[in-house]
Amino acid sequence: MISILFHLTVLLLLPPLLPGVITKTKAWFAGRTGPSVFQPYYDLSKLMQRGLVLSETATWVFRAGPLVTLATALLAGLLIPFGGLRAPISFAGDLILFAYLFGLARFFTTSAALDTGSAFEGMGSAREVTFACLSEPALFFALMVLAKLSGSLTLASLLHAPAGALSANVAAPLVLIAIGLFIVLLAETCRIPVDDPTTHLELTMIHEAMVLDHSGPLFGTILYASAVKLLVLGSLLLHVVAPFETGRLWIDGPLFILEILALAIAIGVTESVMARLQMRHVPYLLVGALLFCGFGFVLLIR
Amino acid sequence: MFIDLVLWATVLAAFSGLPGFFFPRRSSGGERIAAVLMGVAATLGLAGAGGSFFASGPVPVRTLTWPALGSAEVGLDPLSAFFLVPVFLMGGLGPLYGLGYWPQRQHPSNGQKLRLFWGLTIAGMALVVVSRHALALLLGWEAMALSAYFLIAAEGHRAESRRTGWIYLIATHAGTMALLALFVLWRRITGSYALAPMDGGVLSIGLMNLLFALALFGFGVKAGIMPLHFWLPGAHANAPSHVSALMSGVVLKMGIYGLVRWFSLLSNPPAAWGGLIFALGAVSGLLGVVFAIGQHDLKRLLAYHSVENIGIILMGLGLALLGRSAHRPEWVALGLAGCFLHVWNHSLFKSLLFLCAGSVLHATRTRQIDRLGGLAKAMPWTAACFLAGAVAICGLPPLNGFVSEWFVYLGLFRGTVESGAGSGAVFGIPILAMIGALAVACFVKVFGTAFLGEPRTDVAARAREAPLAMRLPMLALAGCCALIGLAPMLVVPFLDPAIACWNAEDQPAQSVGRLAPLAVIGILAVSLTLCVVGFAVFFARRCDVSRRGPTWDCGYAHPTPRMQYTATSFAQTIVLLFGSVLNPRTHRPRVTGLFPLATRSQSHVDDAVLDRILIPAAERIREHLNWFHRFQRGLTQHYVLYILIALLFLLGSLFPFKTILEHGFAR
Repeated sequence: MISILFHLTVLLLLPPLLPGVITKTKAWFAGRTGPSVFQPYYDLSKLMQRGLVLSETATWVFRAGPLVTLATALLAGLLIPFGGLRAPISFAGDLILFAYLFGLARFFTTSAALDTGSAFEGMGSAREVTFACLSEPALFFALMVLAKLSGSLTLASLLHAPAGALSANVAAPLVLIAIGLFIVLLAETCRIPVDDPTTHLELTMIHEAMVLDHSGPLFGTILYASAVKLLVLGSLLLHVVAPFETGRLWIDGPLFILEILALAIAIGVTESVMARLQMRHVPYLLVGALLFCGFGFVLLIR
Repeated sequence: MFIDLVLWATVLAAFSGLPGFFFPRRSSGGERIAAVLMGVAATLGLAGAGGSFFASGPVPVRTLTWPALGSAEVGLDPLSAFFLVPVFLMGGLGPLYGLGYWPQRQHPSNGQKLRLFWGLTIAGMALVVVSRHALALLLGWEAMALSAYFLIAAEGHRAESRRTGWIYLIATHAGTMALLALFVLWRRITGSYALAPMDGGVLSIGLMNLLFALALFGFGVKAGIMPLHFWLPGAHANAPSHVSALMSGVVLKMGIYGLVRWFSLLSNPPAAWGGLIFALGAVSGLLGVVFAIGQHDLKRLLAYHSVENIGIILMGLGLALLGRSAHRPEWVALGLAGCFLHVWNHSLFKSLLFLCAGSVLHATRTRQIDRLGGLAKAMPWTAACFLAGAVAICGLPPLNGFVSEWFVYLGLFRGTVESGAGSGAVFGIPILAMIGALAVACFVKVFGTAFLGEPRTDVAARAREAPLAMRLPMLALAGCCALIGLAPMLVVPFLDPAIACWNAEDQPAQSVGRLAPLAVIGILAVSLTLCVVGFAVFFARRCDVSRRGPTWDCGYAHPTPRMQYTATSFAQTIVLLFGSVLNPRTHRPRVTGLFPLATRSQSHVDDAVLDRILIPAAERIREHLNWFHRFQRGLTQHYVLYILIALLFLLGSLFPFKTILEHGFAR
């Protein structure tokens, strides 16, 4: 019970901290002070009090986009275990639902972008759906490796430390899918080298180009939902790279928070030391992720 | 008793179009009577098919006596009943849609014909599904195939419609030829035309493979498996939209039914069959959706998606066959559950999408996606229905497509976990994931370009919502999609008997509802929906729209509709990624001089099989047979001469050479 309360608290309150930490890391790398790590919370509360400016072209789909994204991200957050804690909802085959929830979110985000009739937003949504065609199979390959290792079809048991994780037979595929999943994480959460959330040129953006017309509470919802997505996908990756657990809530809980903050710092470092790829090179990166995960699986069943 | 209901429904459907011929050409009496008769037939048929799932006792059988067939049996086992449901559901909804879409007053020349053949197609399909006799099945098959030809070629005055009609006719007869060979072979092996299970172990492997290949070709042409799909995009694009819905949603499933039934008759299938079916499914699924993305024509695009969904259905069937060879009842149960439920689901959402495409066509008179835009404002019902169909066909929760794909995924993941024979099928998982992501791309493209944004042309700006008669069937189908998606446990009582009926030897120990926790999926789907609705209510109360303005186009003051992203550009990156398969062609204008004249460019993706293999091959054959033309000069005298020669030849065969010779030599 307490573990579920903890899960819900983390799921609802922690996400905005992650972009804050990433921004802070990048600022530190650039030699600036940067905004406080709590800045995203202030931004959200400000956006939620604003009014809403809508395009004359937009229909109800435009408003449905952010809401569906938020609902799916939260539901996915309920399916995934945070660190050593159990997930509130767990059943055989929940990993498929987990992956498809992001598909639903993508459908509505990109439709909402097209609803404004803006060329930039159309461009952004075209890129989003295209890159997902490569990142989704990579995610499934990674899930197959984890399912094979654990012999289970529920996220709760497939995301725990497999027996003999340090033997070469098990470790090699895990290393490969960890790389693949990190790339998928960067692509799905719109980070450098795939997308640059802070660029000033709309032509080169993916996700930010899609939400150009969203304002006020709707934009706040989008920011919050993408932070939740970062938390959810990040905790999936953490299960592969740092599968530590003790079985005690008061250790596992704080440990998970530390791990996810460390992951945010790692993302910040990646963003600081790399440049954004040219848009036509992004598919190669994602094919690379697909190959990493695919080879991981082949290594396992060979 | 239930089978009698189904048979009466079949007879009623077959004659539903006849009364129309006794009405004047421009009166609407005939179409109303046909719609009512089809509605009654559909109710009877659905009651019969649905009721039979809950009836206990042996499978009811009736005997039809007809000299040509001998005594042929028809029966209603759960497998037949399962496939009857979409036949009668769509059979009943189509004529209702037709009242608005194809009114007799606007189509006096072909309206009566269309309704007659609609009823015959439905009756033919019902006969295919219930018959337990090869020739009765063939009778129903041909009734369905030929009536479908007249439905496709209803607009015979359009050259394109005639051309696709011919291609369909050729394809379907090639398939029928294979079926005829299959049935004759079956007769030689088993000694009768009855479709009764037999032990495949007693046959030689060559004979088994021959049976398999004939069935795969004969039924596969109708189902639209990837290399045999060539007739499908054109036929579905050019038929009237409710006919496309029937063809795509239901007629294709008869091919699947044939394969499913045939595999249920042969026990001990070799593992290679399952592997082949699975591989064909994966290829059809992936290439179907890739070709769909390259299309500019709304209905052609939907037709290619049928190929994709047939691929997913075949992946389920292939998994079941693999499970049968490897004696893994869970694979069989999950694979078949995915296959069967996707048959229902695809018939629901694909019919829905074609009906929506029909009402777009009805309102704008164009099928070109890039000429549409902004229809959601003028046609809110159609847009909402299309959105429901699009979410469902992408296999996304909370609608029905997800449930059936989830079955297939679960079966494949079990294959991953429990390694053993046939575990190569696990590579289907990333393929399915890719199909899902590509389908999302494709339907975002269609929905976003056609229904959202600003109208790109005048015709799109003048569009009006479809009449009630067209909206009702769409809403009914969308409701069914939502029902299966939100309460998937309701389908378990239909799936379990059908699976048990297919698979006599490896009975699954558990019901599908146990293997796959459907109730949880249902609860989550409902709570997801409620969650979105709750957010919507919260936001509607909390924040008010302070201002509406033009779209922020990065400072551009007056964005015009032409500046919107088009469907072509939306799909461009994916089309280029798969360029080696799609082979997209672009015709760019040559621009010369300082002030070039207005010109146009176009791009298209041709069908891989029809346009790149079959038609060039046919041209080549025609060239080689050119010498034959000298016998066909169009001169009546020549033809009379040929008749004379043929007659002399025939007479010559009557001439008693043998007796004369015998007599001559006897002397």
